Amino acid sequence: MTTARALAEQVRTGAVSATDVVERHLAAIDESDGAVHAFVLVLHEAARRRAAEIDSQVASGADPGPLAGVPVAVKDNLCTRGLPTTCCSKILDGWCPPYDATVVERLRAAGAIVVGKTNLDEFAMGSSTENSAFGPTHNPYAPDRVPGGSSGGSAAAVAAGLVPLALGSDTGGSIRQPAALCGVVGMKPTYGTVSRYGLIAFASSLDQIGPFSATVADAAALFEVIAGHDPLDSTSLDRPAPRSVESLGDGVEGLRVGVARQLVDGVAPDVGAGVRRAAEVLDGAGATVTECSIPELAYGLPAYYLLAPAEASSNLSRYDGVRYGLRVDGADVETMMRATRAAGFGAEVKRRIMLGTYALSAGYYDAYYGQAQKVRTLIINAFENAYRQFDVLLGATTPTTAFPIGDKVGDPMAMYLSDVCTVPSNLAGHPAISVPFGTDGDGLPIGVQVLAPALCEPLVFRVAAVLEASAPAVTEPVLAAATWAAP
Amino acid sequence: MTDHRLTRDDAAYVARLARIDLTEDELDLYAGQLAAVLDHAAEVAALDTAGVEPTAHPLPLKNVLRHDVPRPSLDRAEVLAQAPLVEDHRFQVPRILGEPA
Repeated sequence: MTTARALAEQVRTGAVSATDVVERHLAAIDESDGAVHAFVLVLHEAARRRAAEIDSQVASGADPGPLAGVPVAVKDNLCTRGLPTTCCSKILDGWCPPYDATVVERLRAAGAIVVGKTNLDEFAMGSSTENSAFGPTHNPYAPDRVPGGSSGGSAAAVAAGLVPLALGSDTGGSIRQPAALCGVVGMKPTYGTVSRYGLIAFASSLDQIGPFSATVADAAALFEVIAGHDPLDSTSLDRPAPRSVESLGDGVEGLRVGVARQLVDGVAPDVGAGVRRAAEVLDGAGATVTECSIPELAYGLPAYYLLAPAEASSNLSRYDGVRYGLRVDGADVETMMRATRAAGFGAEVKRRIMLGTYALSAGYYDAYYGQAQKVRTLIINAFENAYRQFDVLLGATTPTTAFPIGDKVGDPMAMYLSDVCTVPSNLAGHPAISVPFGTDGDGLPIGVQVLAPALCEPLVFRVAAVLEASAPAVTEPVLAAATWAAP
Repeated sequence: MTDHRLTRDDAAYVARLARIDLTEDELDLYAGQLAAVLDHAAEVAALDTAGVEPTAHPLPLKNVLRHDVPRPSLDRAEVLAQAPLVEDHRFQVPRILGEPA
């Protein structure tokens, strides 16, 4: 498809109308999304009205903004005022938030057009989008396989060419992992650079919103639009967001790249080979590439699967049938709450609430939750140590390529292992990106991951741009809209 | 804690704390699955962390105060329209305290 940046330029100069752009993408969604199921809601009329506004702005000589007329898909855990926001949970079915997420307002202020809400694992808990109350999303490269998760709808929408840009959220890899499995770019920013106001909380010390796109430059452009201080989020960093687009072409000459063994050893052979080819590309482009070992990264997954459920068990206590969402009647308030939560939450959400409640309960708090918080410190210190020697780290995004739908639903621990390469960046609050880098023997996309210290987004995008330029050619997915074209 | 096995009674206790009604089948399922996750967590529980400070949050947080000036808040009607049951501009719930029959 035409890149988002090129589309915006055409709309701003009047070469094409926002209405044409929106109609073309709505037609693609209507034609192809039956098979993909990336969307849980398509906003035909709202998108058309907004396109007409953009067109009249252009006609009157005003600049609608850097993403003028660009269709964007938004993960359905981001609040859209007056429009259903479900987290793909029965407990929020039919709920319409009374406010917009800050990122949704920033999209609008930049001239972008929200065309729909995308599918996710219920409350963003999962790595396959199979935990959605609305049914799974299909990987555009192999419809019988998962798109990854939890932002699987956003990743698949971009991969199939239904939209040039999408937003997701990443608590333990929920942007980068589906990006890798769907062959698109997905980036988790530094904690605090993008406002979480209006992002329905999963694990508040780990959650961060970020971009999906077909190209690295588009991801950087979307990141610049959504980043920056917001007084409505008390964890929002009160400093200007790092500019990333202007330095995209600066290359990697002289950069020190560490290939972290813990992010390569143990991954599928084709994925490991992809990372090694990526390392050669950076070496050939003038970076100094060295293998390194950061043993503490191995503790990231078990620490994450105590900390994230603990925070979730607290955050999800608000779904009690009182103020919004589902209510199942009961004789007294506690019976009502227990019945509401039993009927409204799906299996994985119940599992995580149980796990988190247990880890926080008297007698186990110190051994599990308290210990995991200390291990989080060890991981942060280990990264700090590594970044004395290296500017960025390189590794796999995921241990495998896309797995068959249904393969891991009966074995939660096997599903959780999908996040092994991505959770360390969330625990540390650092930025990381997944860049498509070829396919495995079955033609399934491989993602390589670039990690960097806090606020080094420009570096992450620069390295990603070099990898993108030398990545093996992308093939068209099986489920591709007519709007799909190689980046 | 590495030798701890999560029993079905433990699962029932945790479900009560979490205010979720679980069926007998669910309790059996979750007791087994949570034990598998906790086994995996045992390697974390076994690490020597003497002298290591816990991290609750990746940022050094400080309390954020807004200026004490009036500003628009959410529209009451819009908020209440989303509630399951409302009476006189309030959320209505079933009885909270025990009452004589």
